Amino acid sequence: MKPTKIEHPEYFHRVIDCQYACPAHTQVPEYIRLITAGRYDDAYMINWISNVFPGILGRICDRPCEPACRRGRVEKEPVAICRLKRVAADFKESIKARLPVPPKTKNGRRIALIGGGPASLTVARDLLPLGYQVDLFDDQSAAGGFVRTQVPSFRLPQEVLDEEVNYILDMGVNCHFNHYVGSLKEMLGRGYDAIFIGTGAPRGRDLPELPGRKEGDRFIHVGIYWLAAVLYRHIDRIGKRVLVIGGGNTAMDCCRTARRLGGDKVKVVVRSPRAEMKASPWEIEDALHEDIPIHDKLSPLEFVIKDGRLAGMLFERVEGQVDDQGRRRLTATGEAPVFLPCDEVLLAIGQQNAFPWIEKDIGIEFGRNGLPVLHEITHQSTLPQVFFGGDAAFGPRNVITAVAQGHQAAISIHLFCEGRDLRQRPHPRVNLTGQKMGFHDWIYDSHVTDDERQLVPTVEKVRSLKDRLLEVELGFDADRGHRESRRCLNCDVQTIFIDRTCIECDACADICPVTCINFIVGGDEDDLRSRLQIPADNREQALYVSPPLPTGRVMVKDENVCLHCGLCAERCPTASWEMSKFTYHEAQAEDV
Amino acid sequence: MTFVRPSFRHPQQPTNALGYVRKDYEGLISTLCAGCGHDSISNAIIQACFEIPVEPHKVVKMSGIGCSSKTPAYFLDRSHGFNSVHGRMPSIATGANMANRDLIYLGVSGDGDTASIGMGQFIHALRRDLNLTYVVMNNGCYGLTKGQDSATADRGSRTKKGAPNPFESIDLCEMAIQLGAGFVARGFSGDKQQLVPLLKAALLHRGIALIDVISPCVTFNNSSGSTKSYQYVRDHIEATGTFDFIPLQQEIVVQYEEGATQAVTMHDGSIIQLHKNVGGVDVTSRRRALDLLEAEREQGRLLTGILFLDPESEDTHAILNTTLTPLNQLTQAELCPGAAALEQINARFR
Ligand SMILES: Cc1cc2nc3c(=O)[nH]c(=O)nc-3n(C[C@H](O)[C@H](O)[C@H](O)COP(=O)(O)OP(=O)(O)OC[C@H]3O[C@@H](n4cnc5c(N)ncnc54)[C@H](O)[C@@H]3O)c2cc1C
Ligand SMILES: Cc1ncc(C[n+]2csc(CCOP(=O)(O)OP(=O)(O)O)c2C)c(N)n1
Ligand code: SF4
Ligand code: SF4
Ligand code: SF4
Ligand SMILES: [Mg+2]
Repeated sequence: MKPTKIEHPEYFHRVIDCQYACPAHTQVPEYIRLITAGRYDDAYMINWISNVFPGILGRICDRPCEPACRRGRVEKEPVAICRLKRVAADFKESIKARLPVPPKTKNGRRIALIGGGPASLTVARDLLPLGYQVDLFDDQSAAGGFVRTQVPSFRLPQEVLDEEVNYILDMGVNCHFNHYVGSLKEMLGRGYDAIFIGTGAPRGRDLPELPGRKEGDRFIHVGIYWLAAVLYRHIDRIGKRVLVIGGGNTAMDCCRTARRLGGDKVKVVVRSPRAEMKASPWEIEDALHEDIPIHDKLSPLEFVIKDGRLAGMLFERVEGQVDDQGRRRLTATGEAPVFLPCDEVLLAIGQQNAFPWIEKDIGIEFGRNGLPVLHEITHQSTLPQVFFGGDAAFGPRNVITAVAQGHQAAISIHLFCEGRDLRQRPHPRVNLTGQKMGFHDWIYDSHVTDDERQLVPTVEKVRSLKDRLLEVELGFDADRGHRESRRCLNCDVQTIFIDRTCIECDACADICPVTCINFIVGGDEDDLRSRLQIPADNREQALYVSPPLPTGRVMVKDENVCLHCGLCAERCPTASWEMSKFTYHEAQAEDV
Repeated sequence: MTFVRPSFRHPQQPTNALGYVRKDYEGLISTLCAGCGHDSISNAIIQACFEIPVEPHKVVKMSGIGCSSKTPAYFLDRSHGFNSVHGRMPSIATGANMANRDLIYLGVSGDGDTASIGMGQFIHALRRDLNLTYVVMNNGCYGLTKGQDSATADRGSRTKKGAPNPFESIDLCEMAIQLGAGFVARGFSGDKQQLVPLLKAALLHRGIALIDVISPCVTFNNSSGSTKSYQYVRDHIEATGTFDFIPLQQEIVVQYEEGATQAVTMHDGSIIQLHKNVGGVDVTSRRRALDLLEAEREQGRLLTGILFLDPESEDTHAILNTTLTPLNQLTQAELCPGAAALEQINARFR
């Protein structure tokens, strides 16, 4: 294996597991340290710059960072990264003065944003400070997209949503609410320099062919429309016995909302085995906690109607099986159908993209699943001035992905308006800062605590089930937040090996608590991985290999479970290990 | 400075045949200078005990005074231990060993602790062939008292800021061979690949097993004029030959590899298999071993590896024909059988 090129910006970026996993590459360890220091405003701003909605995401983010967190590999559970984001948002004072102020004189370019969800709002935030005029069109009465109309208030209070949406709108977005865009052709005719489409995946899947669907229509609802109707108070109650069909997060929101509108026997019914449900583990846990059982491996057969009312549903029992191509398939077990009685049904079986308002003859090509044909990085469509982002681009995902795509689309739009090559993306801003303070003292707190993941306090169940507007999670208080923030392993503080001065005394290898460091004869990667003191079988994690040392061996460090404790650097007699903080700032439109 | 080592270990850390992980053999975080060879030896001891494997509570670690003698605090936290006065480790070890022959005795000493103040104790432990693994962490100086030349410092060698040492040096290995030790070896703290198997074999050897481990003192004796610096040792090291240590449990699968020049079966049936010995020397021959040490010394080379091994050696208990039951397990009645028994014994001398 050749010596590692640590100068490559992605090398150390990969070591910061959480930041690397975050679609928007939020500087997680940096904001967590600021929380430890009680600098909530600064912690909030680090977030705001990358992910735009810290208070919102601190509650509802899908948190791809947490399964990636290094702590989860050396201990039972990862750092509660998401809830710490909320700590920053909850405890900050005023950050208004720190938000960017768009210039008085505009740059003369006009942009239209269709849809007012997180993707469009991110584009607005990135382009307004550059002098763009931004017009936003949304068919709802306020901005926020699905985060407003779908995510229930007991998970995300409206004030939190309003606050962060308004930070952006107040920068000077020209809003056109209750404005359904019925024709893209017409929009194109308005002479915008570029158009961004962030209309999400607004169509809920139904089961139109299932017997009894028409007759039971009054009692059968498509989950996402039903949730929106609840938000707008068109619906304020539900029957006592409710079946929620589906195993994703929408199903979890539907069942928990139903519990708050009078459903006392709410059940979730899902086709796939429980372990394969799409919903996040914590959402499933919350549903179970609210006495909502989950019945798995049941596939809907029929809506049973009696005397003009829905009496229940029939299901077929299915089983997971592997077919000849090695694919998992659900097949019927042949047992007698299962009948589950109910008063109402909520269908939460998926969303689809729909662009009936985009004319077929204007040059925008569509591919599989009715999704537009886009360049994966630039988000440009086959009509050069039209860009897509968020759920509208590559199908339904989540808020943080919509934000990350918004940033990318904003870069593209800016490059496009400047007449530059969209594929020449701006580079991330990176920096290394030494952490040495005294002889053996570090600027960062290198101590690794044994504390386990802190539990988050919640409102009493009896109270929360009575009020759908009451937020269930109370968030960490300052003390718990501090305890939790100290669990972070500072994965951005990198170990840098200086081969020229190493005397191969083994002190670093001896002290390393997790046996990362090895001095062995070189070889190719597979060979090295197998010959380390503890074989490096996590291939997601890099090996750090030095040039040959005087004894002919090389230093090989397995980055996998390094605790960033700095002991190697403390024990080295020749200062051949340096602890340096690596800052990786993902490029945004302003970096073009 | 960090005074606590994180408690996390590698999630895939292996478990040994007794069900222990390496952490079960560790000790406190070291307070020695960063880069001290002694820390590497501590780690080799941990590794050897983990690999053999021994039960931590069956080990007794003993030491005298010095940086080296501090190290038992940094390994085998769950073992018995005694930190004696300067140079007196062998007496304490003798006492303990006499009282309970069933434990594994590991003595740790320094070159000052052994070759100066403790010399009188050292040679008698050798003569008596005490069942003890005697590790000398040899840095050629008194590290703890700031680096004065020790009796193992080579003539002409210079510590940091010191004058060339005017005196002849003591070769502890040669002495041990002369005084009848059954297992004599030399290692280097910077070569664990050799040191760990040496320690494993020594710990399983019955009788005294001396390992003189050259262990650079990074603070006082790692300068360019020193013959015990990392650099000097690496440039002048010569191994008697590579060897494999094959513990008893694996004996059935032993295959005599091509080029293996000698295989020695130890007391417990474990086997040491040597390869490419320097000059094809027989490590069980005391005279040849001494010759070889002298010859290498003349060439200015430092011979490491197993230097001498007597598979027939007997330990103090065997020599004295003591009871197989450890003394500390005998009852008052057995230890003090009464006037009648005394009368019988006395009668034999009349
Ligand atoms: C029930 C539910 C719960 C969810 N929970 C979470 C969660 O906890 N965490 C998470 O990260 N994600 C969650 N999501 C997913 C998340 O809401 C979306 O991924 C995200 O909002 C997508 O953002 P977007 O900007 O692409 O579009 P959207 O947020 O969907 O916004 C699109 C907006 O465009 C409007 N629009 C559509 N067509 C037109 C048109 N022709 N003219 C004008 N306006 C139009 C829509 O009404 C909508 O307001 C959830 C989704 C659902 C359905
Ligand atoms: C009876 C007695 N005399 C002298 C000392 C002072 N003293 C402490 S350590 C030491 C020398 C230790 O040298 P060595 O055994 O080589 O250990 P190192 O520190 O080099 O590892 C001396 C002379 C002492 N502690 N006790
Ligand atoms: S910082 Fe150094 S000592 Fe600590 S875990 Fe990482 S490699 Fe090991
Ligand atoms: S502690 Fe320093 S000098 Fe010693 S092996 Fe490690 S990097 Fe090299
Ligand atoms: S003084 Fe020398 S022997 Fe003592 S700890 Fe420091 S380096 Fe090791
Ligand atoms: Mg010494």
